[in-house]
Amino acid sequence: MDVIFENLPLYWEGFLRTLFLSVVSGIFALILGTLLAAARVSPVAALRGFSTVYVEVLRNTPLTIAFFFAAVVLPRIGVKFEQFEIAAIIALSTYTAAFIAEAVRSGVNSVPVGQAEAARSIGMKFGQVLSLIILPQALRTVIPPLINILIALVKNSSVAGAFFVLELFGYGRQLANANGDAVITVLLGTAFFYLLLTVPLGILANTVERKVAIAR
Amino acid sequence: MSSVLYDVPGPKARRVSLIASIIGGLLIIGLLAWVVLILAQQGIFEARRWQIFTRADVWRLLGNGLGSTLSAAALAAVIAFPLGLMLCLLRISDAAFIRVPIRVILEFLRGMPVVLMMLFILLGFGTSAFIAVVAGLVLYNAAVFAEIIRAGIQSLPKGQREAGLAIGLTSYKSRMLIELPQAIRRMMPSLVAQMVVLLKDTSLGYIVAYGELLRAVQVMADFLGTQYLFPIFFVAAAIYIAINISVSRLAVWIERRGSKKAAGGVAKAEPEKANAPVP
Repeated sequence: MDVIFENLPLYWEGFLRTLFLSVVSGIFALILGTLLAAARVSPVAALRGFSTVYVEVLRNTPLTIAFFFAAVVLPRIGVKFEQFEIAAIIALSTYTAAFIAEAVRSGVNSVPVGQAEAARSIGMKFGQVLSLIILPQALRTVIPPLINILIALVKNSSVAGAFFVLELFGYGRQLANANGDAVITVLLGTAFFYLLLTVPLGILANTVERKVAIAR
Repeated sequence: MSSVLYDVPGPKARRVSLIASIIGGLLIIGLLAWVVLILAQQGIFEARRWQIFTRADVWRLLGNGLGSTLSAAALAAVIAFPLGLMLCLLRISDAAFIRVPIRVILEFLRGMPVVLMMLFILLGFGTSAFIAVVAGLVLYNAAVFAEIIRAGIQSLPKGQREAGLAIGLTSYKSRMLIELPQAIRRMMPSLVAQMVVLLKDTSLGYIVAYGELLRAVQVMADFLGTQYLFPIFFVAAAIYIAINISVSRLAVWIERRGSKKAAGGVAKAEPEKANAPVP
């Protein structure tokens, strides 16, 4: 246990960076994912096609490949980053956006057909139907899966630790190498900080799910 | 389904859509052309960079990497599924002293990054990288399988279990003979989708120095020179994505086939939204 308390500042720093990566990538991924979902149901064929291909490819790309591309391959072909956090945020948000797009799209499909028909029959256009009628209702059913995706995002941010970003996993690995006699304690400490983020989010997802289930 | 969001386009709307499609297409082509231009400036398309793929040992190393990836995934899946089934049965056990600790363990396993688990096993128990990768994948995915199957069992109508108990089956027999077969069938698409996640997660082996596909790329780039990094990476990523897309397609196919057959084979309940796989 002493190892953990001695290195608490490092853990804390790693925890904050994990939080930072997750929040920033989460925001980018939510924006990009919603745009992709809107494109996926839009009347313009080119947008639909682009969104479908994007989601299909990114969802089937291992995250490590995405990270390797952003952090190792991109700098080699001329895209230099001041900080590797930027590479991590690019990899995490483009990857997560594909999952968010799928979740939002299935939410759009879960809104009863009559809603869209009613909206159209009073003369609303596609943009209005989507932004005023469908998305606000879809958001309800989408929130629990979205929270689950964000939990996965927090866990996925650990991959950044292997690509030159010192976050929770990065520090955990460093400390484990430095304290060969207390590896298990060090890594359990790291796990604790991850659970500090993921378990409350999981409880939140369950609560919201129950609330939404009653409302419908 | 989505066409309900807008009117059947008339001639004017079709024209607008066509123009928008062309502009959108041109934008995407422009973006791709820009990327290709940047790559060309870096000399990515010079033939000598791609000539390495005429060498047999490059393909042999890629093949070895792919073999390691697939064998770790296959072994992990084969162990994780029965383990998940067992954990699920314990998780929904009638006895609280079994149910509660198992629930805590499952929450713990599902809340941790897989790569941390692999590192934990690698350093904490001093195992080989292969065992660390497989064990990490097994622990995490068994927990996820358990939750998926549990969701399947809970989506069944209550009468299934009640009927089983009423004709004199024990609780265990009712689970095994009546509920599990239906739950697994109902959750097949989610289970196969989770297999894709498992396959994708084998690439985390790169981080714990397991010689899988991505590690093979790194090793070859270090050995042959960094100018070959992009071509090798490109081919390896294409292999990975192609395999994952085929398994995902399999999941979609099973879902379609299942929904056609389900009417007779599985007890009806209000349509439960399948647990969407999470990255």
